[in-house]
Amino acid sequence: MPLLEVNDLHIRLQTQRGPADAVRGISFQLERGETLGIVGESGCGKSITVQSLMGLLPSTAQVGGSIRFDGQELVGLSDRAMDRIRGDRIGMIFQEPMTALNPVHTIARQVGEPLRLHRGLSAADARKEALALLERVGIPDAASRLDAYPHQFSGGQRQRIGIAMALACGPDLLIADEPTTALDVTIQKQILELIQGLVAERGMALILISHDLGVIAQTVSKMLVMYGGTIVESGPTAAVFADREHPYTQGLFAARPALGAPRGQRLATIRGSVPELVDLPPGCPFAGRCAFTEEVCHNIRPEATRLAHGHEVRCIRLDAVREAAQHKEAA
Amino acid sequence: MSSLPASLPSTSVPQLPGFWRRALHHRSFVIGAVLTALLVLAAAVSYAWTPWSPYEMDIANKLKGPGAAHWLGTDVFGRDVASLLLVGARASILVGVIAVGIGLVVGTALGLLASARRGWVEEGIMRLTDFTLAFPAILSAIMMTAVFGPGIVNAIIAIGIYNIPTFARIARASANAVWSREYVAAARASGKGSLAITLQHVLPNISAVLIVQSTIRFAIAILAEAALSYLGLGTQPPQPSWGRMLAEAQTMMWQAPLLAVFPGMAIAFAVLGLNLLGDGLRDLLDPRLARAR
Repeated sequence: MPLLEVNDLHIRLQTQRGPADAVRGISFQLERGETLGIVGESGCGKSITVQSLMGLLPSTAQVGGSIRFDGQELVGLSDRAMDRIRGDRIGMIFQEPMTALNPVHTIARQVGEPLRLHRGLSAADARKEALALLERVGIPDAASRLDAYPHQFSGGQRQRIGIAMALACGPDLLIADEPTTALDVTIQKQILELIQGLVAERGMALILISHDLGVIAQTVSKMLVMYGGTIVESGPTAAVFADREHPYTQGLFAARPALGAPRGQRLATIRGSVPELVDLPPGCPFAGRCAFTEEVCHNIRPEATRLAHGHEVRCIRLDAVREAAQHKEAA
Repeated sequence: MSSLPASLPSTSVPQLPGFWRRALHHRSFVIGAVLTALLVLAAAVSYAWTPWSPYEMDIANKLKGPGAAHWLGTDVFGRDVASLLLVGARASILVGVIAVGIGLVVGTALGLLASARRGWVEEGIMRLTDFTLAFPAILSAIMMTAVFGPGIVNAIIAIGIYNIPTFARIARASANAVWSREYVAAARASGKGSLAITLQHVLPNISAVLIVQSTIRFAIAILAEAALSYLGLGTQPPQPSWGRMLAEAQTMMWQAPLLAVFPGMAIAFAVLGLNLLGDGLRDLLDPRLARAR
């Protein structure tokens, strides 16, 4: 039995401009200890997807389909029942270390909190555990800083504290929603290495959200490329990086800045902009921006084409896309 | 609110780093604290000692100016003004503390509930506060005293009820801002329920706003008590109150103008002190300013 099994997940959000289908039928599985990356532009539904795993969606959101975590159905689970899972079996690291810690509580208290909540530890025991956790995530001189407040730490250190909080109860699944986006590059690398090390050491499964392909490449073993609330391409990270079958995936890769590129060369962009979730077309969500679009793309939602090693692509014009890629290589 | 976790007091806001050191350098906080302390001191002293009995009339010595025997003179019944002021401070503090207490406790609870539950609960509570706010304080107080009879207790309840919607609105608005913070999402992600989040995350983070608002509402409550007593609906004779002293002095404006000046100044300084104290606290309790050290 997989640790996490998401089946035909639909999420409809109420926005000021009407109902928006933020997630439109996505499915994926995650085994124990496996690492999964989700990439995509802002507004593609990746954060909403993980928020639904945590039961953190606004109460007006409608969720359809199924999310099974360790055999238990999470869709439709009461807040109370969800509280027992969150923080205990699923931990989450947030994007913004500056705001993810409560400014009025000491870090010892915040890191120890999940342990008191889920394990019934006494304040003193929780404090001891908090110290061990803070030392593990690399807070220098942690023992003397237990009673410090969040504002007395730097951004990178706060993210480490956030990681310690997420890890406190030894979750089976760790969710990291853009954990390095708010940090500068040198710190990014340290934080990613820390997360990777912890995942390997504790045998946790990891879902890492990022719009940075470099981060995905070095951290996770398989990945989903999301666009317009759907998964357009998925599979082992190595296979997706090597083949880049979907035009959107190709666009994402082309848009990466490269060191050593000739001076004055403009960065490639994907023309157009992300469609509004409120009025997504019935067909392929990428049809409006894709160079290979034909009439049919606008009307029919593409089915998954299965390739080798669990690599899947959703594109009706896959043959034409491949042909064009070959021509490009030949030239 | 009875199940506050034992650990909560340890996070009360004044533990911010260097609070007292910074407080001593904050001018309006110091002035406000001194004036407020004087108000409390006056009320406290009046229980142990007053220069004269505030109830004792001495018609032979009525309307005396300030002098050695009567420091601030005597009123139209020959009562010692200084003694009346000291005892009158009690009424002001009593009204302030209880009326603000009612507003703070009930209003904050309603505001926090609205913010935690959202939806129709929030809508219902907020429309109820709109309804209450639609009646001016003095009007509703007059209405209450008309129904239940004049007296300090009814005045306090009326002022307290008037404070509820103010605190409910402030608590809800600031709590909503806290609920949308990422650390609340992080707390939910670590499995905390709404009640725990409200008590451990929301309340401590809005307490500075509530403390500041309390000092301002305290000042307004003193003014309201003075106004109600001035109208004869608050403190009843022979209990002295600053508002009643003003009302009685009004008829003597031409013969003894100082009679109105002293209670007027007492009210003005008490209100000024509490406002300055509130201002100072607002600055001192802001963690963003605290981090500077």
